[in-house]
Amino acid sequence: MCGIVGIYLKNESLNPELGGFLAAMLVEMSDRGPDSAGIALYRDPVPESSCKLTLHASGSYDWGGLRTAMAAHLKADVKLDILASHAVVIASADVAHVQDWLGKEHPELRIMSAGSAIEIYKEKGLPREFVRQFRLHELNGSHALGHTRMATESAVTTEHSHPFSTGMDLCLVHNGSLSNHNRLRQQLRNEGVDVQTDNDSEVAAGYLMWRLREGDSLEEALHRGLRDLDGFYTFAIGTKHGFAVLRDPIACKPAVMAETDDWVAMSSEFRAIAQLPGAGNATIWEPAPATVYTWGH
Amino acid sequence: MTAFDLNSDSVRALNQHLHESPSGKLSVTNPGGRHCIACGINAAVEVSIDGHVGYYCAGMNKNAQITIAGNAGPGVAENIMSGSVRVKGNASQYAGASGQGGTLIIEGDASARCGISMKGVDIVVAGSVGHMSGFMAQKGRLIICGDAGNSLGDSIYEACIYVRGNVGELGADCIEKEMTAEHTENLKDLLASTGIDANAEEFRRYGSARKLYNFNIDHADDY
Repeated sequence: MCGIVGIYLKNESLNPELGGFLAAMLVEMSDRGPDSAGIALYRDPVPESSCKLTLHASGSYDWGGLRTAMAAHLKADVKLDILASHAVVIASADVAHVQDWLGKEHPELRIMSAGSAIEIYKEKGLPREFVRQFRLHELNGSHALGHTRMATESAVTTEHSHPFSTGMDLCLVHNGSLSNHNRLRQQLRNEGVDVQTDNDSEVAAGYLMWRLREGDSLEEALHRGLRDLDGFYTFAIGTKHGFAVLRDPIACKPAVMAETDDWVAMSSEFRAIAQLPGAGNATIWEPAPATVYTWGH
Repeated sequence: MTAFDLNSDSVRALNQHLHESPSGKLSVTNPGGRHCIACGINAAVEVSIDGHVGYYCAGMNKNAQITIAGNAGPGVAENIMSGSVRVKGNASQYAGASGQGGTLIIEGDASARCGISMKGVDIVVAGSVGHMSGFMAQKGRLIICGDAGNSLGDSIYEACIYVRGNVGELGADCIEKEMTAEHTENLKDLLASTGIDANAEEFRRYGSARKLYNFNIDHADDY
């Protein structure tokens, strides 16, 4: 199963309420995914000379020590905000440089997201527990994706949870299952894409990362995905400026979209969208199979 | 009229009421996309639902007249036995799946697999339907006033499909058939009874070539 939700605010004055909207949608999708929950949130883009990364550590972690070491080694200003098991790092340094340093010096940390605006948080457990732990109601932003997971293909861990980062300011959430993920994972590794788990959705994320690296636009990569990804899927893909939705050609996995003057939303089911203000008067439709939909500014 | 507000009443309480003491008219407000609203009714009651419903609304309906003033999620009127279900908005996938009798009217569009494995229900869609509609349809009529997606009537048995608009690729063993005066008359009556405004003369008829489900002696050596 799994539930996916996405919201893009057309009315910027609603930005402070984004976390609350997302929380209500996620909790409504608990029946579809009680194993784990996660979100990708886009807010407060950093200047071009800086980068923003979300890091995850297991157990208690000396984040203060990391900040000091990072500032010293990278000779950069480093700001670090802790949120539950995650921390958002903003550094006045080149993102590849930061990623390299973290990979070499701190392999115990997992880089959840990298870019200028994206933040990814995900954890095992019920959506409502996730919402409480990560204080979702306090989070602002311009747009966000969320996922509630009912695991079918691989283990229930934080690493196996969605969203998966697919590159700078990009991420993917997936409802469905891929059947050719083992072969594809091997191909992606041969192409030098770092696929970390045995999760099928991570392979879809890795596939997009590879295609974008090869020069495809997001739309081109998704169209190519229709040919190369075998299985059932409704994908929502977060970008710096909005989000995209794609269903496989059979379209067994549900998806519904809605739009008002204030927002555009997508979800596995309408009842998540029903939580949003003005949903009763929204224009509502079902995305067609094998068709790429995009929203953004 | 009995009223249920699903912001305060549970779907279970609503359905229990409809099963145990059904009578007259009943209104449901704030459905909020919840699942299994007004399922398994076996009485000649009138139920009006004001808003959008989730999965399996009006499933297994017998005798009741159910109106949904909104969109319906997957599996609306699944296995309908008799009575009628009217969706004023759009319906998601497998609307009227395996329905055995009664009428399902969709005033908007229906998505994929509309009328899959239908067994006697009449389904009238004022708009268009998605791919694989009428898949393995055994009996009954599927009327599509708009367009039909690809693989229409794949592996169809003896159900009858009428389409006014364009048809994508036909499914395996589904063919266009002659529209006789009797078919037009028949269709005119059905459209009139469901209040859908469409000219019966403009429809084309599709059904089974009967090559897939009959054993062909010439293929005996293939097994």
